[in-house]
Amino acid sequence: MERVMMKGNEALAEGAIRAGCRFFFGYPITPQNEIPEYMARRLPEVGGVFLQAESEVSAINMVYGAGGAGARVLTSSSGPGISLKLEGISYIAGAQVPCVIVNVARGGPGLGGLTPSQADYFQATKGGGHGDYRLLVYAPGNAQEMVDLMGLAFDKAEEYRNPVMILTDAIMGQMMEPVVLPPLRTVTAEQPWATTGKQGRKKPNLINSLGIVGEELERINIELQAKYDRMAAAEARYEADGTAEADLIVVAYGTSSRVARSAIARLRQEGKKVGLFRPVTLWPFPQAVLASLAADGKRFLVVEMSAGQLVEDVILAVNDRAKVSFFGKLNGTVPTVREVYDRIRSLLPEGGEG
Amino acid sequence: MTYEIICAGFGGQGVMLIGQLLAYGGMLEGKEVTWFPSYGPEMRGGTANCSVVVSDQPVGSPVVAEPDGLIALNGPSLMRFMGSVKPGGVIVYNASLINEVPEDRPEVRLFGIAANELAEKLGNDKVGNMIALGAFLGLSKVVGLASIEAALKEVLPERRHHLIPLNISALHKGWALVEG
Amino acid sequence: MKKIFAYPRALTQKRTHYCPGCTHGIIHRLVAEAIDDLDIQERTIGIAPVGCAVLAYDYFDLDFQEAAHGRAPAVATGIKRVHPEAIVFSYQGDGDLASIGMAEIIHAAARGEKITVIFVNNTVYGMTGGQMAPTTLPGQKTTTSPYGRDTATVGYPIRVCELLATLDGPAYLARVSVHDPAHIVRAGKAIRQAFAMQMAGKGFSLVEVLSSCPTNWGMTPVQALSWIKEKMIPYYPLGVFRAPEEVTGDDV
Repeated sequence: MERVMMKGNEALAEGAIRAGCRFFFGYPITPQNEIPEYMARRLPEVGGVFLQAESEVSAINMVYGAGGAGARVLTSSSGPGISLKLEGISYIAGAQVPCVIVNVARGGPGLGGLTPSQADYFQATKGGGHGDYRLLVYAPGNAQEMVDLMGLAFDKAEEYRNPVMILTDAIMGQMMEPVVLPPLRTVTAEQPWATTGKQGRKKPNLINSLGIVGEELERINIELQAKYDRMAAAEARYEADGTAEADLIVVAYGTSSRVARSAIARLRQEGKKVGLFRPVTLWPFPQAVLASLAADGKRFLVVEMSAGQLVEDVILAVNDRAKVSFFGKLNGTVPTVREVYDRIRSLLPEGGEG
Repeated sequence: MTYEIICAGFGGQGVMLIGQLLAYGGMLEGKEVTWFPSYGPEMRGGTANCSVVVSDQPVGSPVVAEPDGLIALNGPSLMRFMGSVKPGGVIVYNASLINEVPEDRPEVRLFGIAANELAEKLGNDKVGNMIALGAFLGLSKVVGLASIEAALKEVLPERRHHLIPLNISALHKGWALVEG
Repeated sequence: MKKIFAYPRALTQKRTHYCPGCTHGIIHRLVAEAIDDLDIQERTIGIAPVGCAVLAYDYFDLDFQEAAHGRAPAVATGIKRVHPEAIVFSYQGDGDLASIGMAEIIHAAARGEKITVIFVNNTVYGMTGGQMAPTTLPGQKTTTSPYGRDTATVGYPIRVCELLATLDGPAYLARVSVHDPAHIVRAGKAIRQAFAMQMAGKGFSLVEVLSSCPTNWGMTPVQALSWIKEKMIPYYPLGVFRAPEEVTGDDV
């Protein structure tokens, strides 16, 4: 299989093209600009449409229109832009329209900075916009996963008629790595529920999130929650590296997991038993596996580029069965391998304070 | 075996390019590689740098803090990164722009080349980066010269392909400096 | 016997929730008649707004998407780009289109997006209970301008057709009224013209319809119709603000 070097952002974009995405609506914001720039170049080559919207708000509503019309459609942004898109994301979730949304996260709150961050975890996994809704959230760990999870994201978005988010960060987006690209898929936009014009159908198709009459809203929410239960049962993904024999398990995703992997490699060379647990889906969170590792008496260290967001899900999963420590970096600085190495050592039985 | 490199210099000296060539060349040899550029506000003041990791295992952190090798094409870059190079590591610096090495690092192999003058002698002052890369490859042997030559086709845009023979001569020039 | 009057096919027979004397019903009918007349029911997709017409999808026998407040032109853009052969229209009120959705409408118009917009201007936020709108007339009392709209503090109403007519993108812009039968006939022609423009691939088309809101204006239906004629039309002159050369102003 031929390997090509691609920037993470470009791998996401090409991954979408390969998955049959032919529509992109977006708005410029650093550090994700490679995605719209790539799409502006690439979509016309495959008969698709790239449109730079007047705002993040318009972009997500164009996505809602195109997704409702049955097409595979992508948008991408970074934290401040995702905040603006949340109105539309809530409508899309409520109306059960498939689409894929990328967040190449940067430091916040507010205008924040351009450096990488994992502080949008809550926004991605706990709803973000108004109402009881869930996104399926993937966190790629390398450029190959940028491609592969993008393909999966489109399939799952359609399977569940639900928006899917890919949450990554500036480092993962800017980094180049070898990838093997899957073949180009052509997907016809023929969904029985989509707005196409009635085309001889007896009943019109309606894409809607309004439940204003009687107990309609409760019925809608019961249906949504049943769908989220199905997703939670079937869609959790993770990577567990050396967790069975480990004394301590580092839990991290995205860039933090890369740094942790380097630190763990050093510790293993010294004979230490350290594992890496990397959630690939942030929602649904791979709760059951962590719970059983906790029951086996493992200790956990959560490494994040935030003040502590993923760590809350780990604590919930572990549910007092094990000790959970936390190491976070703020202001968009990436933890160094040495910092993570030192922190892990300090927690190991023979390593000092632990 | 994991080998970590930082390439640094002024914007326009081609440090991003030599970093990409290292990564691409490593990939062509079947290795796991990453290339990560400085971006955004870090780029202000005209300095640029990139991290390259070449490994026989999946690469962890793509951000290099303690490199095995450093290519520094200007003074500020050498000043900023030379202290972080691991003992036993390699530093190639551009002696055309650096008169005095700012730090004493006896446990590191330090090699200064007059990249600007040598490039002018080759007839194109833009290929100083390639001479430095050639020298670095000769010292570190991290990626084979042939792989870098093959990578040129992949990394350089089509409109620059006529410059490939010149770039290859520059690589060989640098290599010969350290072999000789 | 020859049938000379029938319920439009593009409407469902569902009874509307609109207040007595409200002219939304007339405008729905004009839109449905245009769709029937042009024989495009099977390929038309509507975008419902937030506001009194939020349930428009119940009254039209057409595929529909419900949009967030003000976002209908962006939603219409997404649909039209996926199905360029479909006829896509949004149906929006004044708060929706000229306040919270001003960016969306201006940019859809500037892009020359090949959609049709039915813009219902009744000078108030109807659904939320009669608050001041971007089109509320100077001195007009609403629940959030109880002393009358004071232009010194809240500024002036927005004339949407005139504003959009400064752009190169629109193909057809017209303002009509539905306060008496003669004007209703002309409004119907303008709406038909707007859809015909889209069918011909000409570009963005918008018809602004001056409409009544007896409930929130605190008037009888008859008083409300007179108020359109006497107060609204002087501020919002009727006419065609943009049309290709072959279409004359007489069509309205």
